[in-house]
Amino acid sequence: MQTVFKRTPTLKDVPTHYCPGCGHGIAHRLIAETIDELGIAGRTIGIAPVGCAVLAYDYLDVDMVEVAHGRPPAVATGMKRTNPDKIVFSYQGDGDLAAIGTAEIIHAAHRAEQITVIFINNAVFGMTGGQMAPTTMLGQVTATTQKGRQADAEGYPLQVCELLAVLPGATYIERCALSNPTQIRKAKKAVKHAFELQVQGEKGLSFVELLSSCPTYWRMTPANAMLWIQNEMTKVFPLGRFRG
Amino acid sequence: MCGNEALAEAAIIAGCDAYFGYPITPQNEVTAYMSKRMAEEGRVFIQSESELAAINMVFGASATGKRSMTSSSSPGISLMQEGISYLAGAELPSVIVNVMRGGPGLGNIAPSQGDYFQSTKGGGHGDYKIIVFGPSTVQELVDTMPLAFDLADKYRIPVMILADGILGQMMEPVVFEKKPLPKLPPKDWALTGAEGREQNIVRSLWLAEGAVEQHNYDLQAKYREIEKTQVRCEQYKTDDADIVLVAYGIAARIVRSAVDRAREQGINVGWFRPITLWPFPCDQISKLADELRIFLTIELSCGQMLEDVKLAVAGKAPVLFYGRPGGGVPTVEQVLDKIQQLTVKAKA
Amino acid sequence: MAGKIKIDAERCKGCGLCVPVCPQNVITISEKSNSKGYFPAKPSNPGCTGCCLCATVCPEVMIEVYRDGNVVAVEPPAGGKKSLIRDTS
Repeated sequence: MQTVFKRTPTLKDVPTHYCPGCGHGIAHRLIAETIDELGIAGRTIGIAPVGCAVLAYDYLDVDMVEVAHGRPPAVATGMKRTNPDKIVFSYQGDGDLAAIGTAEIIHAAHRAEQITVIFINNAVFGMTGGQMAPTTMLGQVTATTQKGRQADAEGYPLQVCELLAVLPGATYIERCALSNPTQIRKAKKAVKHAFELQVQGEKGLSFVELLSSCPTYWRMTPANAMLWIQNEMTKVFPLGRFRG
Repeated sequence: MCGNEALAEAAIIAGCDAYFGYPITPQNEVTAYMSKRMAEEGRVFIQSESELAAINMVFGASATGKRSMTSSSSPGISLMQEGISYLAGAELPSVIVNVMRGGPGLGNIAPSQGDYFQSTKGGGHGDYKIIVFGPSTVQELVDTMPLAFDLADKYRIPVMILADGILGQMMEPVVFEKKPLPKLPPKDWALTGAEGREQNIVRSLWLAEGAVEQHNYDLQAKYREIEKTQVRCEQYKTDDADIVLVAYGIAARIVRSAVDRAREQGINVGWFRPITLWPFPCDQISKLADELRIFLTIELSCGQMLEDVKLAVAGKAPVLFYGRPGGGVPTVEQVLDKIQQLTVKAKA
Repeated sequence: MAGKIKIDAERCKGCGLCVPVCPQNVITISEKSNSKGYFPAKPSNPGCTGCCLCATVCPEVMIEVYRDGNVVAVEPPAGGKKSLIRDTS
């Protein structure tokens, strides 16, 4: 018998605090595997967001920093510019990146910063108890849209990939979904491509948005949450490559 | 050389690896100068999208062990307070220059000292302190820069330099001196890539029971150590003075002239100038207050350092105040007039 | 072609994502809960081909997959799409 699937070293062998069926765990695996396959664990610095994944440094065995809510792209800029040989990536949720940190991500792309950003879009604020996020879908019930999100009151779901795609400084933008094995494998390719660009010294931002499930605050079983991504979310957040 | 450019050059000589800034009067010369010179030195310069982003870029560079700084003016420094609290919490060395201007709100672009509370009492959240300098000449501004970087690295703490519109814009002859780097602790905590070692984590979040409480005690221990060893101040003719004027920064220069004029009129007056606004020279002022004197605090504000002087004097002597806020600059005559009023009152 | 999977019952949170994804319906949710109160998944039925679909979706990365022979690409049973399995030997 030969092992064909095993936990990669950079993904620490510890239980996570994530809810059962949460997409973060899968995203962490994709990043850890990419880091190991590219052999860059020794020169990678990761940035954890404020949100469910704030504890990412307990799971990813590389130099990590945890920064103020929404500021990872600015911190990553400061790090990469002063350490061009290091691989710098930021891991952010939809509250961190698309709400408070919108200016930072836009300007990181605008300045063509040579960093990699993995954006977890689960359409809700997880850590603080399931509030509406900028990417919450119309009609989606959350702690702060108890009758479902209404366009005239709360506006429309924010499509970050499309928003960044107009910026020449964004070298690579792709949106994938952690909704079933096929999509997860595609997501792995995208994440790996994003890191490879930075490793090859490609100028500009490499950005991957991952539609990810949040069974707890979508009030669904994990399996249904995965289906909801595939059937509903992809209607508003179409998958595919937007740049590069 | 103008103060803003002089402090920038001094920072470069002190080994500043990265400068992140955002345009705001009256400190624009720092940003412009840095954009030219940092490129010449092959170092990092970024004009960020906001002061809020700038302080977080400082956070990023410092987290990897680099010497990094930013400069701004009052409203911009307000935007940086969250970042400064994180820098203090994560114990990251950094240098922040505040060329103060009239406030509150948009205020004006005239010189002011209205950010004393914000800088020394903690403008961000949580119990933290940052080292704060109040230089009063362009030469002293230049000499403070290397000291600020060294103390930041030595104690892993943000260091703020409070200048103001006059100090930043005025031109004075300066001498740059390349001092050798003192022995500083190695930055083995820095994020340099965990090659051949355990991962480093730079953080200010600990969720475990009592962990942040303990972290606070550790921080406070560091602050006590700094209070014991890093206080800097200057006194002039205070031994036989009945009245002591207390002022820092640009206000201290006005006071210097007023005291000289008063001395010429035979009034026994001296001045006391805090150089480090935190750690504040409490003991030195308290000693002065033991032999009964009148203290007159002069500031370009409504009286902020005044409160620290009162705390230091602890009621042993009267502490009076004269100041002009919102960009107002007290004149030598106005200060001299205040001294004369006190003398008349003392005689009556 | 025989395959085998190992699920650490203590670390599994019983999210059940692996159960429907397995083409051979090997995995079921056990009736006995672990110390954390989750009802973990466990390989109960035969027929595992070591295709790794379960491990791919597992958020806890708690499934290890083994397979006989040194096969790099495998034709999944019942005419599914050809899937490339990483040979991590």
